[in-house]
Amino acid sequence: MLDLDQYTCLGAALRDALDRWPNETCLIEADRDRERTRLTYSDFKQTATPLARALQDAEFNPGDRAAIIMTNQSKWLASAYAIFQIGGVLVPLDYKLTAEEHLQLLAHSRAKFLIVEYHLWRAIAQSPEFKNHNLKIVLVTEAPPTVQLSGGYRWEEFRRKGDPNFVARAKEDAACIVYSSGTGGRPKGCVLSHENYLEQCKALTVWFPFWPSVRYLSILPTNHAIDFMVGFIGPFVCGACVVHLRTLRPEYVRDAFVRYKMTYVTLVPMIVKNLERGLRANFDALPGWKRFLLDRAISVNKTLTRKQPKVELSRKLLPGVHRAFGGELLALITGGAFIDAATLQFFYDLGIPIANGYGLTEACTVLTVNDLKPFRADTVGKPLPGVELRILNPDGEGIGEVAAKSKTIMSHYLDDPEMTAETIVDGWLLTGDLGRFDDSGHLQLFGRKKNMIVTAGGKNIYPEDIEATFDGIAVKEYCIFAANYIWPQKTLSGEKLILILRLDINQNFIDTTKSDIESRNQSLPDFKRVGGYVLWDKDFPRTASMKIKRNDLAEEIRNSLDNSAVKEL
Amino acid sequence: MPTEKKTLETLDEILELAAAQFKVPREKLSPDDDFFKTLRIDSLQALSLLTRLERHFNVELPDYELQGVSDFRTLAERIQARL
Repeated sequence: MLDLDQYTCLGAALRDALDRWPNETCLIEADRDRERTRLTYSDFKQTATPLARALQDAEFNPGDRAAIIMTNQSKWLASAYAIFQIGGVLVPLDYKLTAEEHLQLLAHSRAKFLIVEYHLWRAIAQSPEFKNHNLKIVLVTEAPPTVQLSGGYRWEEFRRKGDPNFVARAKEDAACIVYSSGTGGRPKGCVLSHENYLEQCKALTVWFPFWPSVRYLSILPTNHAIDFMVGFIGPFVCGACVVHLRTLRPEYVRDAFVRYKMTYVTLVPMIVKNLERGLRANFDALPGWKRFLLDRAISVNKTLTRKQPKVELSRKLLPGVHRAFGGELLALITGGAFIDAATLQFFYDLGIPIANGYGLTEACTVLTVNDLKPFRADTVGKPLPGVELRILNPDGEGIGEVAAKSKTIMSHYLDDPEMTAETIVDGWLLTGDLGRFDDSGHLQLFGRKKNMIVTAGGKNIYPEDIEATFDGIAVKEYCIFAANYIWPQKTLSGEKLILILRLDINQNFIDTTKSDIESRNQSLPDFKRVGGYVLWDKDFPRTASMKIKRNDLAEEIRNSLDNSAVKEL
Repeated sequence: MPTEKKTLETLDEILELAAAQFKVPREKLSPDDDFFKTLRIDSLQALSLLTRLERHFNVELPDYELQGVSDFRTLAERIQARL
C-alpha cells in the first residue's frame, strides 16, 4: 500500500499507484458471462491520461466541478482519475435519479463538465428543463455511432496526446461534492476534502487491507460514498483489482464470485438477504443425509470460529458453500441500511466473515465496522481508528444521539451554512441516529432522531423530497413523515413513510382521492414510495411563514393515535 | 403486424411469464398493475424477471430498461422497441 501520509490529494496518490503497479490488473468489467474490459494499471493510465489532457485543453481549470452520472464501469473510474489529475472537484451523481433530479443537482453543484452514459444523457436531453443547464462540456459514453448528442461529445473520441499538467491540491481542498439527499427540496451536497478521503482510506485498510491480487466486487453504485472508497480509492492505492458488472441480476452476481474468485464485496442488506434466501433454498433441497452432514459441519464451524474467523478451516469444513462464493472470499462487508442479526449470523456460521458497518456520507464513508474479534451480529461494530464517537443526552437505557468527530467529517454542506451549523456543532457531526455502546465498545443502533428512512437498498429518503408528488390531492392539507419519527420503535427494521391527510370539514375520504394518491405514489421509484396513510382531524400547526411545524405535529399525532391508525396504501 | 398489436401480444406473454415465475394466478395480473405490488417482489426479483423475459424474447435487455418502470405495459413497450 502507498504511504498515504505522504500525500495531500487523491490525484497524486492515484497517479503514483498507476506507476507503482503497472503490470497488475486494476479493472475487470463483465457483462453477463462476457468480459468486456480488463486493464492493468498501465492500461488504465493510457486510457485516462489523454482524457485529462483533452479536458485541460478544453479550459478545465483547477477547482472546476465535473459531474459523473454513470453505472459502475471502467469509464467511471478513468474519468474520475482524469478529473483529479487536473485539480477538479468531482460531483458523483446517483444514476438512478430522474433526468429532472439530475438537472437540479447539476445546477446546484454548478458543475461545468458532465460525463454521462448515453441512455442517461438521452433522458436528460429530453427533459423540459434541459435548456436551462449551464454545462460547458458534456462527454457521453457508449453513444451509438449515428445518433446526435444534443451538444455532447463522444467520450471515446475526446482525447489529446501528451500528458496533462498535473495540478496538486491541498489537503483541505474539496475533492468531491456528494449528495446525500435532497433532490425534492433542499439539496444536501456534502463537501468532502482530500484529507477526508485519505484519512478514511488509511483507517479502513487497517482492518480490511487490500494488496495486489485482491479482487473487490464493485456492486454498490460508485457514486455512493462506500463504493467510491472501497471500490476505487482503497484498492487502487494498494495495487488491487476492482471488478465491475454491467448487470446486477442475482444469477450473474453469483457467477462473478466464482469466475473472478472475489476477495471482498460490499453489499446492501437487500442483496445479502437475497443471497441468504438462495442459500437456504439450496440447503432445503438437499437430500436428508446431505442436509444432516451440512448441519453437522455448520455446527462444528460455529464452535471453532466462536472467537474469531478461521476462513481456511471453514473452507475445508464447508467446501460446497465456499466454492459457491469463489473459494477465496475473505469478507462480505455490509451496511448502508438495517440488516437483521439473524442474517449476519447465518453467513458467519457458514464460515463467511460478514462485517457490518455504519456510516454517513457526511462522514466520508464509515464510522464503525465490526472488526470480527469476535464477530457480533447485534452491533454495527467499533469506531474505526481516528474516529471518536459520543452518545448525546443518553436516556435511562444509555440510548442517545450518536455524534462523531474525525478527520473524515465533511467541512460543510454546499451553499447551506444554516444546515451545516445544525449538523456540525463544535466539530461534532450530529448523526441523527440513536445508539448506545455496549461494554465491549461496540455501537448498537436503535432508530433515528431525524425524520427520514433508509431503504434496504441503502437509499436515504427524506419525506420533504417526495411531498411535491402529492401536490393537488383533494384534501385540505397533507404532509409525509417517517413512521418511526412519530412512533419511535427503537429499531431500524421495517421503516416506512406515511402520509398524514387532513380532510376538509364534512369531507369524506372517497375512493377517487385514494386512487389519485395511489397513482401518484406509483409514479415514484419503488424505493421512494409511501407505505401508508393516516387520516388526521386537526389543522396542522404552522409557523408565521406557514411552514408546517413538523415536530409539533408529530407530537400531537403521537399523543392521540398509535401506529395501528396507519392504513396500508 | 401493426406495432400496437405486437405490443399487446408482448404484454400478454409478459403477464403469462410473470405469473408463472412468481406463482400468481394469471387472471390477477393487469397491464397497468404496479408489478412490485401485485407480484410482491423487490427490485432484485424484478431484475430476475428481466432475465426470464430476455430468454423468452431472445433479446438483450440492459438493467436500465427497468429503471423507472413499474407497470407491465411500459415494460412491454420497452421490450417491443428492442425486438
